Amino acid sequence: MSEMHLLTTEQLITGLQNKQFSSAELTEHYIKRIESLDNKINSFITTTFNTARAQAQAADGMRAQGDKRTLLGVPMAHKDIFCTQGVLTTCGSKMLHNFISPYDATIVTNIREAGMINLGKLNMDEFAMGSDNSSSYYGKVQNPWNLEHVPGGSSGGSASAVAAGFVPLATASDTGGSIRQPASFCGLTGIKPTYGRVSRFGMIAYASSLDQAGTMGRSAKDCAYLLQPMVSYDVRDATSVKHDIPDYVQDIKDAEANAGDKPFAGLRIGVAKEYFTEGLDQEVEQTVRAALKQYEELGATIVEVNITNPDVTLATYYMLAPAEASSNLSRFDGVRFGYRCEDPKDLTDLYTRTRSEGFGAEVQRRILTGTYALSAGYFDAYYIKAQKVRRMIVEDFKKAFANCDVIASPTAPTAAYKLSDNLDPASMYLGDVYTIGVNLAGLPALSHPVGLTSKGLPVGLQLIGQYWQESKLLSTTHLFQLHTDHHLQHSAIAKETV
Amino acid sequence: MMTTTTATNDSTQAIRKDLLIDGYEVVIGIEIHCQLNTESKIFSSAPTDFGHEPNTQANIVDLGLPGVLPVLNHGVVERALKFGIGVNAELGLFNTFDRKNYFYPDLPKGYQITQMANPIVGKGYIDVVVNEGEKNEYPKRMGITRAHLEEDAGKSVHDAVEGMTGVDLNRAGTPLVEIVSEPDMRSAAEALAYIKAIHQLVTWLGISDAIMAEGSFRCDCNVSVRQPGEELGTRTELKNLNSFRSIERAIAREIERQIDIVEDGGKVVQATMLYDADKDETRVMRTKEDANDYRYFPDPDLLPVRIEQHTVDEIKAAMPELPVARRARFEDELGLSEYDARILTGSRQIADYFEDVVNEVGKDNAKTAANWVMGDLLGALNKDDKEITDSPISAKQMAGLLARLFDDTLSGKLAKKVFRALYERAGGDSDDAADKIIKDKGLKQETDTGAIKAIVEEVIANNQAMVDEYKGGKEKAFNGLVGQVMKASRGSANPQQVNQILKELLG
Repeated sequence: MSEMHLLTTEQLITGLQNKQFSSAELTEHYIKRIESLDNKINSFITTTFNTARAQAQAADGMRAQGDKRTLLGVPMAHKDIFCTQGVLTTCGSKMLHNFISPYDATIVTNIREAGMINLGKLNMDEFAMGSDNSSSYYGKVQNPWNLEHVPGGSSGGSASAVAAGFVPLATASDTGGSIRQPASFCGLTGIKPTYGRVSRFGMIAYASSLDQAGTMGRSAKDCAYLLQPMVSYDVRDATSVKHDIPDYVQDIKDAEANAGDKPFAGLRIGVAKEYFTEGLDQEVEQTVRAALKQYEELGATIVEVNITNPDVTLATYYMLAPAEASSNLSRFDGVRFGYRCEDPKDLTDLYTRTRSEGFGAEVQRRILTGTYALSAGYFDAYYIKAQKVRRMIVEDFKKAFANCDVIASPTAPTAAYKLSDNLDPASMYLGDVYTIGVNLAGLPALSHPVGLTSKGLPVGLQLIGQYWQESKLLSTTHLFQLHTDHHLQHSAIAKETV
Repeated sequence: MMTTTTATNDSTQAIRKDLLIDGYEVVIGIEIHCQLNTESKIFSSAPTDFGHEPNTQANIVDLGLPGVLPVLNHGVVERALKFGIGVNAELGLFNTFDRKNYFYPDLPKGYQITQMANPIVGKGYIDVVVNEGEKNEYPKRMGITRAHLEEDAGKSVHDAVEGMTGVDLNRAGTPLVEIVSEPDMRSAAEALAYIKAIHQLVTWLGISDAIMAEGSFRCDCNVSVRQPGEELGTRTELKNLNSFRSIERAIAREIERQIDIVEDGGKVVQATMLYDADKDETRVMRTKEDANDYRYFPDPDLLPVRIEQHTVDEIKAAMPELPVARRARFEDELGLSEYDARILTGSRQIADYFEDVVNEVGKDNAKTAANWVMGDLLGALNKDDKEITDSPISAKQMAGLLARLFDDTLSGKLAKKVFRALYERAGGDSDDAADKIIKDKGLKQETDTGAIKAIVEEVIANNQAMVDEYKGGKEKAFNGLVGQVMKASRGSANPQQVNQILKELLG
């Protein structure tokens, strides 16, 4: 089967169960694709093919002996922000170019225990700071739809690998939109769950109060399959929350079974005019509005809601995230692990050169911003003020949800831009304008494809849910995807056979 | 009884003229870093044992590896609350953790997790006795500003690798409570009294081993001098004083140094000082110019700790009787002198031991029990440099010995012999070890009047000269005869009976 990589996760599971193909064959198929095509997009930092082959063989053996785990033998790959025992874990940075993690992140353990096969570690913006995957020490990642364009960031490697058909599913992380924006740029569905839903233990911290792990797949249902094992209450993460864990796939199936020809009857979709202002690309706006129309045609009601001005949200985010980052990244000092400068002449020299040489420009920029925001004399004016605005943003969402079930917006103001566009940092930060409010509030949100621009680049729509309502977001998107085919379009690389 | 009512807080206390040095008033505030004795660390499951190979007691969380997260050890919270209750403090029922950011090789994460904005223990106080046991002793109430939880750092090792500095992170993440006093101390003696009181309290509560030599109880003293009534002078901070003796001496030296500076028309510079015990002098380690901007902010990895009132009530109910209260009770209930009560409440272990003995022999015999525990037992232990917890004689065995004294089986002299044998563990582990020794060594006191009479008669017959002397009016000769009787009985005759029978027979 030369097109196994175009199958949905469900089809892969059925194929494995019905012995249409083995996990070994499936794994080999993906390996061959990565080996032949990843030189075009650079989505992997590390591949773990030998381990994957062994895992696949073992999975086949276990299945033969009656092992019924749903995801047994299904391949995937991890964003390189997640620590993997015995495997290079770089977070896209020179600082960790030699860091072989001695332990597994909780989600890595969970996914392995679900029987999945890990093909390797995916490229990303350095320490998850960036929106176009241009800040990785391991090189830029290209968009499989059009190699001249960026894949988005920071989970650009995850998005590219899935969109290229190198893995059916990938883990990703989202601090200010790092799952949703690349999903939008690469024509994928990506979900950032409620803060506290997925353990952060073993996910290298960028901004602790905003970071959340999630998934990237080609459809809502694909995402549901991978999200299931990731979600767990973890005693090793004090911010992990004990909360009922639904069966996401079953919820999707139930929603499908209960849906009539107006599947969205009774669904109130909140749309904020603050999200449709200047800076929003016209083509993107038209595509998103057309999708909202489709939602309406399928029974949904559009209601107007008010959301904190995105400019304010943006300012708040770019105060708090760097503040936390400046502290979180202090542990990278050249003393215990990772990069150390050569022949330091004293302690200060060791710190200074290690960090100057080990961190890239964007990371240094945010460390400096954050250090400034926390320093004596500025703390109240910046950090404390930003925390107050953050509370206001939370309240705004709460009020909005009194009148609607989900909130919809464009995921990003533009489609994937050209690599050569080389945006200045401030313009690049503007690309996060619709996604960061969700992180500040800790809400779940996803992006799903809603069409292509005239240049053939994907456009995403963001759905924001209330706390713990990942199921609602996935089911809603699934019903939309049952009636539309935006998610069935394939990138140029995915269409290539090897 | 020991009173607390005379102790007053500094704000209401008049300047004590007798404490002025060359006319200067000394002001001292103290920070104590006290390790809490949990089995595992404050934010990780690694053990806290002291004295292991470097970096064998630290796990991935203590090493600050990428991706790891802290999880609060609740045993730490309970211990801190006990301390707070012990110093009559307002408790931080809502307390939070902050990050204190600075770079140092022994600080793995590049920040220390501590409590800045909302500490677990707020304002409180402790009553101390200054110059305790001396003629010029006086009580004083010392204010406590706050006490907060934090993690310890590791330590740099300078002599393990040639030309390099090693880092041992075994201590990293060990739970500390940092106790910050009000600037209430007016002399080195007051500072020492305060530190000793806190030291006694934390060991008494069983929340810390507080071994200064191992660094589990460390003191920093902020010292300044001023003309009475003036604003606080510029202070210096004496760091890491690791014995009671060095604390007292370092403060005395620093006071001298500061007064010399001011007298010479100079100004004290705010600085961190080290005390060199060999040279007996204080030295500047760093001045304020080198001070860090710690960029404190709330740690986003740790949720605020909310403590329910019923949790506090439960801890309070399970708290041991505190030293001051116990001392008062020993004086009131057991009729002990202030001195005895103080020695017997020197540590909770001593007090418990003594009370176990009293519970066996009865309150009426408490004074005698006190003499034996303090004089004989603590004396012997002290000589061998041992603690009461190492005592070779259990409280039951001690009570068993005293019982034989009270029922006249033993004379005081014989009892000392039995005590020695008990101390050398001649009676083994059993509760009736004293009885065994009495039996084995035949140390039973002779109380049979007939038997004693027979010996006395023999002695009178054999010492006619002494009898004549006595009858001639020499009272001293009587004691000679008693001695002969005791000797003849090999010390077993009851001395009172010997006296009585001798008197009868000599008419």
